[in-house]
Formats: sequence, structure tokens, C-alpha cells
Amino acid sequence: MTRLLPHPLISAGILLLWLLLNQTLAPGPALVGLAVALFGGWTLALLDQGRPRLRRPDLVLRLTGQVILDIARSNLAVASIILGRRRGSTAGFLHIPLVLRDPQALAVLACILTATPGSTWVEYDAEEGWLLLHVLDLEDEESWIRLVKDRYERPLMEIFT
Amino acid sequence: MIPAAAELPWIVVIPVCLLLLAGSGLTLIGAFGLLRLNSFYARVHAPTLGTSYGMGCILLASMLFFSVLQTRLVIHELAIGAFVILTTPVTLMLVARAAIHRDRLEGKDAIPRAARPD
Repeated sequence: MTRLLPHPLISAGILLLWLLLNQTLAPGPALVGLAVALFGGWTLALLDQGRPRLRRPDLVLRLTGQVILDIARSNLAVASIILGRRRGSTAGFLHIPLVLRDPQALAVLACILTATPGSTWVEYDAEEGWLLLHVLDLEDEESWIRLVKDRYERPLMEIFT
Repeated sequence: MIPAAAELPWIVVIPVCLLLLAGSGLTLIGAFGLLRLNSFYARVHAPTLGTSYGMGCILLASMLFFSVLQTRLVIHELAIGAFVILTTPVTLMLVARAAIHRDRLEGKDAIPRAARPD
């Protein structure tokens, strides 16, 4: 944006985190936090990996809610697999073709998939956009691919444009 | 001085206990999964129980307990949550990629040779 505040959102986040950790709004710590936040923004600008343009805040909120729900559901699913008597394992690898190319959007997708118990991002082929995913409960490959593409990839493509 | 926890009303104590039990229970199940699941890649999934809702429940309990105990908003647990959510995927991906690299070098079967299907 400007020279002073190249990454306003990141800087605001750092300041908020600083205040949270210090648990105070006193001017001293707040000033130090402001300095740290500005410095953080400049450092990130030096790294120069491009500024993500976030659109559709409504979709961000909806995706966040969806992810929180999905993680709860898969917590229960993985817990029941671990505690279940079923010995035969259905875990396996899965190849998913991705259209998403934005590195920051891919990072968010990786965080979502890995934070969800039962699926782990293993590898990504940047040339052709193939994702190698490992899932604990691989009974229906098609539905996993649909889940990743419809539920996460499509909203992410609309958010990071 | 922190007042005694025993003086807290039951309406706070019960949710705090339930959240702590749920959180530690999920983390325990995750740890148990490390023992029980049979392949490396399957075991990688188990600890994420503890780093997602296991952690979430315990942090919520902590926020509720200390907010009521000190009669002010105690929410710096949110920072712990943010750090764990941001750093866990990095560790898990690093470990999974190291494992698949080793398995490929050793020429194990049933390991995909690349992210692109053959």
C-alpha cells in the first residue's frame, strides 16, 4: 500500500497479538508493539512474495465456519477409527488435480487439509498442479476429490483473485 | 492474590470440567492412535486430534476459568491457538515429505512415485 504500511493487515495482526500476549493496553507496551508491527510489515515487504488480494470477506467467514465444522466432524471420525475394532486399514494416497495456483491460497489449502484430522498434504507438483494427499479413511476416492475441490478449492479461488 | 477456585459457582465449574475432559480425552485418543495405527502415514493423522479440538477445548476451558476467576477478560490463549494452528501443518508436512522421500529411495511398494499419477 504505502511505504510506511506495506502490509496493513499483517501489521494489525502483529500488533493485536502483541497486545494479547502482554495483556495490557498501556501506552508503553502498545508503542513497542506498534514498532514491532511496522518492522514486521517492512520485513515482509523485503521478502517480496507479493501481496495477497483478499476479496469476498463474506466467503472468508463462511469458509472459516465450514472448516471449523469439518474439523469437528473429522475429529469424531478419526477418534472412532482409532477406537474402533476394525483392523483392516483403508488408509491410502490420493491424487487430486488442482486448478488453484496462487501460492498463498495453496498455503491456506494446505493448512486446512493438514489441520483436519484424517487428511495430510504430502506433496504438490507445481508444474501440473497435482496434489498428493494421504487420507486415513479412503473408502470413496471420488467423494474426497469432490470435497477438496468443491468445498475448499472453489471458495479459495474466489477469495484470492 | 487469586481467590480460591473452590468458590467458583457450579455454572462455570461444570463447563470448564467438561471442556477439559473432552480436550484431554481427544488428545489421549490421538496419542493412543500413535500406538494403534499400523503405518507411518496413518499414524501421522492421530496427533492432529490433540492439535485441533483437543487444544481448542483445553484453551476454551482455560479462558473461561481464568476470566471468571480474575473477573476480567483473559483471552491470550487465542495467541496459543493461532500459533499451534499455523505451525502444526508445517511440521506434519515436513515429516510426511521426509518419510515419502525415504520410502521412495528404498523403493517401497504402494508408495506413489510422484504427485502426478502414473
